[in-house]
Amino acid sequence: MTKKYTVQGATGEFEVVIGLEVHAQISSQSKLFSGSSTEFGAQPNSQVSLIDAAMPGMLPVPNMECMRQAVRTGMALGAQINKYSRFDRKNYFYADLPQGYQISQLYHPIVGEGEIEVTLDEKDPDSATKKIGVERIHVEQDAGKLMHDQHPTSSYVDLNRCGVALMEIVSKPDMTSPQEAGAYVKKLRSILRYVGSCDGNMEQGSMRADVNVSVRRPGEELGTRTETKNVNSIRFLMQVVEIEARRQVDLIEDGGEVVQETRLFDPNRMETRSMRSKEDAHDYRYFPDPDLLPVELDDAFLEECKQSLPELPDEKRERYENELGLTAYNAAVLTAESETSFWFEELLAQSVERTGKSDKDLAKQCANWLLSELFGALNKLGVTLEESPVSPSQGAELLSLVADGTISGKIAKDVFEIMLETKQGAEQIVEEKGLKQVSDTGAIEAAINDIIAANEDKVEQYRGGNERLLGFFVGQTMKAMQGKANPQIVNEILKKKLDS
Amino acid sequence: MTDITELGIAAIRDGVASGDFTAVEVAEAFNANVAAASALNAFIVETPEIAISMAKAVDDDRAAGKDLGKMAGVPIGMKDLFCTDGTQTTAASNILGGFIPQYESTVSANLWKAGAGMLGKLNLDQFAMGSSNETSAFGNVISPWRIGGGNNAPLAPGGSSGGSSTAVSARLCPAATGTDTGGSIRQPAAFTGITGIKPTYGRCSRWGVVAFASSLDQAGPMAHDVRDCAIMLESMAGFDPKDTTSLDLPVPNWQAALNSDLKGKKVGVPREYRMEGTDQDILDSWDQGIAWLKDAGAEIVDISLPHTKYALPAYYIIAPAEASSNLSRYDGVRYGMREVPEGANLQDMYAATRSAGFGAEVKRRIMIGTYVLSAGFYDAYYTQAQKVRTLISQDFKAAFQQCDVILAPTTPTASFPLNDKNKDPLSMYLNDVFAVPASMAGLPAMSVPCGLNKDGLPLGLQIIGNMLDEQSVLNAGLAIEERAGFTARPDKWW
Amino acid sequence: MSVDKETVTKIASLARIAISDDEANALVPELNNILGWVDQLGEVDVSGVEPMTAVIPNELRMREDIINADPLTGGGVRDKILANAPDAEDGFFAVPKVIE
Repeated sequence: MTKKYTVQGATGEFEVVIGLEVHAQISSQSKLFSGSSTEFGAQPNSQVSLIDAAMPGMLPVPNMECMRQAVRTGMALGAQINKYSRFDRKNYFYADLPQGYQISQLYHPIVGEGEIEVTLDEKDPDSATKKIGVERIHVEQDAGKLMHDQHPTSSYVDLNRCGVALMEIVSKPDMTSPQEAGAYVKKLRSILRYVGSCDGNMEQGSMRADVNVSVRRPGEELGTRTETKNVNSIRFLMQVVEIEARRQVDLIEDGGEVVQETRLFDPNRMETRSMRSKEDAHDYRYFPDPDLLPVELDDAFLEECKQSLPELPDEKRERYENELGLTAYNAAVLTAESETSFWFEELLAQSVERTGKSDKDLAKQCANWLLSELFGALNKLGVTLEESPVSPSQGAELLSLVADGTISGKIAKDVFEIMLETKQGAEQIVEEKGLKQVSDTGAIEAAINDIIAANEDKVEQYRGGNERLLGFFVGQTMKAMQGKANPQIVNEILKKKLDS
Repeated sequence: MTDITELGIAAIRDGVASGDFTAVEVAEAFNANVAAASALNAFIVETPEIAISMAKAVDDDRAAGKDLGKMAGVPIGMKDLFCTDGTQTTAASNILGGFIPQYESTVSANLWKAGAGMLGKLNLDQFAMGSSNETSAFGNVISPWRIGGGNNAPLAPGGSSGGSSTAVSARLCPAATGTDTGGSIRQPAAFTGITGIKPTYGRCSRWGVVAFASSLDQAGPMAHDVRDCAIMLESMAGFDPKDTTSLDLPVPNWQAALNSDLKGKKVGVPREYRMEGTDQDILDSWDQGIAWLKDAGAEIVDISLPHTKYALPAYYIIAPAEASSNLSRYDGVRYGMREVPEGANLQDMYAATRSAGFGAEVKRRIMIGTYVLSAGFYDAYYTQAQKVRTLISQDFKAAFQQCDVILAPTTPTASFPLNDKNKDPLSMYLNDVFAVPASMAGLPAMSVPCGLNKDGLPLGLQIIGNMLDEQSVLNAGLAIEERAGFTARPDKWW
Repeated sequence: MSVDKETVTKIASLARIAISDDEANALVPELNNILGWVDQLGEVDVSGVEPMTAVIPNELRMREDIINADPLTGGGVRDKILANAPDAEDGFFAVPKVIE
């Protein structure tokens, strides 16, 4: 059991209570209420429709795909799907919000309660797990972007992001440590990527979190919370929890009071500070958007959403352990990210096809190669799995050469090095460089005969009981055969000769 | 040859089609009337060149033997609430001063497709908020009508479509677009002796129409007679995927099905509409209307709409609430007016811009709307009003079990002098007491001129129909029109 | 329910409409007159009544996820977007500097 996280103050310990509102950009081609593109990084205001710019008389028309992705996400979290939901307007004035209101869902969100199970220590698959409640998911518009550095007295407004669909995934205040908060977002991100409803790219802002933190002495009522906006990495998120909890504890112990407010995280100064610009915007005057009728989903739509869901990480991990016989650790690492598991499954499938062996027979070899050889190489190259110079099919080609005894595991490492450098296929490399393993018993026997003849003294010692010398003979034989002898056959013949 | 500007839509279209005159001749004739009527202040922008070039296109099509649209060669006035590509659109507010839309509203685009042309953008109450056209930033529209006997006091043309009513009544255009949120087509039509219909909510697309109250706004035609309204509504209406509240239904051929024989039809007369404060002339005209419809073969039934008295107060919660949010986009950032006092920050700029840009009535309604939606008041006001709205709608549903159409006055009074009511917002609001219930229920409703009051001012009768049943409304309207024989017109003084 | 000057000032601030002291004073009786009149809605028995959501029975139509399917509602029209801007620079809208 992980040790309970507390903040030590001068007058005693404090517990931390954390709730997260994660804003995840829904993967869609076009925006939530207009046909303009959602692509990242375009010229300012080039992906803005008359609707996004809130020209007079413009009206929203919802994008079905966005609703579908929200429903699929809800299903992946085992959440209540609301067949009746509605869009409301959240009214406030800001330069990144052309309509003067954000279309969101307050009173009737599309997804209700669900939960996410997180492993508290990902390095240890046997560590405790905890279920974190999800309160709701609603669909809403993103705002535009303000830039403050281009001009001495003006801020610039770019509306390209304006109107892009977001899911706001609201957790219950179930987390009590930075680690839990980090694990929750990591797991949520993983699920979203499996489902395909969000690319989870935190650097580009596709996923960001509003972090609600409060502190209390053990056993006391919940304290007043603050909300730190737009935290865009898991590391920052964990830092925000720590910094904000510490700030609140210090404040309370100095006789102050925590104010319910919106704060901003400054990673350079490692502090949070009050956001003045949003201070008076507390009365949002929510009401149902009169431009939009209620969203009513039918059973056929829900069924299609359900059918389209992929196998999710928890199910996958169980299957890898129980059906493929992988270790808990390997299963956990392989399923943590959808790309890794898809890569692994492709590698395994191709290996099965090439060798005719069962996936259970090959799974361990594939997992080990992927997690140690491939990941090691990618690490050295400083690239991600998606950018890997070697494809799953090329990996399978290499592994099947080992599986059918064409090359040894040791030679395979050399071949892989060459593959990374030259991008050539394994078979071609083995062929051209003459690395094929020698399984010809005649040739091996001849080499062994020479070695035994040249090392009479060692043979005596071996026969006298020093069995460790077998390694010496294997080494000499392999050396004589330029590493290409089939080690199994070498072992067999050596033992036969030495023991006779 | 007859004066072309005496003609309505059907006569002009038929005349152009048969070659009695060209579309360009028509446009020139109306351009001349528009140019000579600046005293009425009906137009914010006049577009004579556009009228001519659109007319020329129709003449060219005719010469080329192409099929002509339903309104080919008919130049119209466009209420300045419809965004018109390349032509200034202001909603009669300074906050949209100089705004040139880069897009065309669906309704106006439909009209151009049908062959209509544009004479200009018509004045209105600012953001369509008003019942006398006194809230426009471009000055009052003056009704062409005057009380007889040398009383030259300027009268209200009604509102918010006051530019439309004046322009049609004074024959500056044969027809005009209007929009009706709580009576803005019917009340000005009644005040100026013309005909106007608000169709079922959803018949006309709201795309590109400056929004006032989204759940109520509906465009419709204002013209000289019922047939012209039917033709023009057919041209304006139609499914628009850009407006999710647009009805995905074919547009009926209302004009072809016009029939003033009401045998077998039942006309409901709602007892709750006999209200205190209604002019005796109005009550008399209502009785006359009942007699005419009986004469047309209809059976008269007494009906009850119990929540009638609550429709107007509920409207004055819902419409301002929606408006307060719809008008948030006018902030000086992307278009229209911008006021930046020395040293102002962004939020100061908003407050200064909106303070300078909106007129007093618009601000008043934004304030009411903001208040009724604010924390702690939402349920007591907004939710309660929407529940009352449900009851109003249910009243009508029950009534249409007993009758096909409902007959009522359009307004409680005839036109009144300018400056008469604008000091007391509430008394102005009450002028829409008969018009608002149908708006709250989204039902089609029409005003047809039925006669003059003792001062010689026009009066209108209102026909309310069941949802989607514009045909019955038009038919009953035609029956009244035929019997009323309304030919009165204002003496030209402008 | 009725409003006082403080409430009127707060509402004006929420609505981003600058009003002078005199204007606030004038608005108090005006708004109270209107609010007093709408208060009669409280008389209506609405128990068991749902608030109106769609005035004419209709269902929410949604669009397919296609970029710029209709040029009128799609992007790539920066010139149109900026055409009426009181202050546009380098393809952006410009506003007085915001301090966050």
